Amino acid sequence: MTLVRANELRRFNAGEREFAFLVPSSIVVELDGEVRSILDRLSDGPKHVGELASSKEAIEALRELASLGAVSRDGAPDVPLAELASPPVPPPLSTIVLNVTNSCNLSCRYCYEYGEDRLESPAAPQIMDEETARRAVDTLIAESGHNRRLQVTFFGGETLLNFKVIRPTVEYARRRAAEEGKFIDFSLTTNATLLTREISQWLADNRIGVTVSIDGPRDVQDSMRVFGRGLGSYDVVAPRIKELLSIYKTRPIGARVTLTAKTIDVPRIFHHLIDEMGFYEVGFAPVTSSSGLDYAIDGEGFDILLAQFADLAERYVDAAIDGRYLGFSNLSDVLGEIHKGVSKAYPCGAGLGLLGVAPGGEIGLCHRFAGSGDHDFGDVHTGVDSAKRSEHLVKGHLDHRTDCRTCWVRSLCSGGCYHEAQVRYGDRFRPNLHYCDWIRAWTSLALEAYTRILVGNPAFLERFDERKVA
Amino acid sequence: MKHLKPGNRKAEAAFEWLEAEGGEVKALQETPPHYPPGCTTIFSPGWEVDSTGGTAALCQPMERDLYDCYKTCFWPAQVPDYLNNNPDWHSGCASATQDWRKIDLIFP
Ligand code: SF4
Ligand code: SF4
Repeated sequence: MTLVRANELRRFNAGEREFAFLVPSSIVVELDGEVRSILDRLSDGPKHVGELASSKEAIEALRELASLGAVSRDGAPDVPLAELASPPVPPPLSTIVLNVTNSCNLSCRYCYEYGEDRLESPAAPQIMDEETARRAVDTLIAESGHNRRLQVTFFGGETLLNFKVIRPTVEYARRRAAEEGKFIDFSLTTNATLLTREISQWLADNRIGVTVSIDGPRDVQDSMRVFGRGLGSYDVVAPRIKELLSIYKTRPIGARVTLTAKTIDVPRIFHHLIDEMGFYEVGFAPVTSSSGLDYAIDGEGFDILLAQFADLAERYVDAAIDGRYLGFSNLSDVLGEIHKGVSKAYPCGAGLGLLGVAPGGEIGLCHRFAGSGDHDFGDVHTGVDSAKRSEHLVKGHLDHRTDCRTCWVRSLCSGGCYHEAQVRYGDRFRPNLHYCDWIRAWTSLALEAYTRILVGNPAFLERFDERKVA
Repeated sequence: MKHLKPGNRKAEAAFEWLEAEGGEVKALQETPPHYPPGCTTIFSPGWEVDSTGGTAALCQPMERDLYDCYKTCFWPAQVPDYLNNNPDWHSGCASATQDWRKIDLIFP
């Protein structure tokens, strides 16, 4: 007689109701009593069909579970993701990130470009010229295949140090895209030190998506984000950010915070940036570093971070049930992925639809690689190296990450950031194992938040139909 | 679906697909199962050999499979077709497992 086993899934409650997240499909389903009792009985190992389901209803429920792959005949082979995916022909590009300069007027102590963790040392200051930027845009369009909506992101160094190239590049890219029947969206990241009224107005007039790198209130910002001589930058950036936010109201502007061991205070930073400064969203990222540096976040630091994220998630859910949006973008990003049911074979778009371009035109996996001297994907003057892209897609595939094979969050995490792994382990294909427990705990938390919103105010989730996911 | 409710877009898509398809298709899922008489749809390994290099451990004798493809469930890509072009191909072969050597190659 047939033995049935439960496949990988995570069950969690939202009030009286129970849900399951299925791995690796990322399907979320609500379970009724019949299904729950079947899954309960399967929790300690495979069972015979007869033991699991005697009534007609129960058999029906078992069939439904089987049709979604939540249970299967014991011994049935798992289908690895790679066998479902088509072979890695590099997909058309949708995004190019231009490191318009590798220079910066700040000397943030943790910076991968200038700090202790840069991949290659020391970089001569470089600035992208107009011709190279135009070539990069041409490369994007040439490699974009059937993609009609493209993205150009300006990055640095401090992007605004090279504003004189950004401006004509936007005009050029618009014209070229129009000729090809495509549309390009632009964005940039800045430390805000060089924002002027004219620049803010230009950003608004051109609907450039803006992310500001800022770490929080004065004491937090000034502990790491300093000028060359160690002077804090808060008093320089705060008025400029306020001016930007007052001029530019047609597109949400987000802040990106780098958290270090010395500055883990999510609630205070969040309050300052959202309520006092007026940002729409705040995203937090733990600093990338090799371990052992005094600002690196370690085991205990991750626990603190998780507890703080949990509190903020709690507030997010309450607001969402009320129909209000709390701009905690880390949670929004995961909720967006859960809502769509994203199941990824690669952690991010790097090498997939996205490539980074260094100031001299060399192409790297993403902006962080291209910015740090590691470019092996060609050059905007000679073209993208497709063979290298394919090779990356083979090696980076989730199925080749043995450590991730049994991890229940693999369809969302897929091994984590390549750059982080490169800095930490000297190998970009190593899963970021120092993060795993944290990522699993955080994903659980997000799944709970998701279902509580699903129960409390399902209409709120519709906003994620639009939100871009990696 | 009665016992499961979709909780995200992926689930909605899967439910829709399952409804449209009338469920996932699995070989021999009908009850009682309909066993086709020996062609590859029941995973008969066809022309292969088993791990010892012979045919004994296959779920069907290769000879029978060969013959079945020709006669009962016409499989033109693999064997001469009985229906139109080679109705006499099997004429020397009274019993597939015994006389299969009498079945010759076809040279187009
Ligand atoms: S959490 Fe760790 S094991 Fe799981 S997919 Fe991510 S890197 Fe791999
Ligand atoms: S997640 Fe890491 S590898 Fe991917 S684009 Fe971002 S920095 Fe680059």
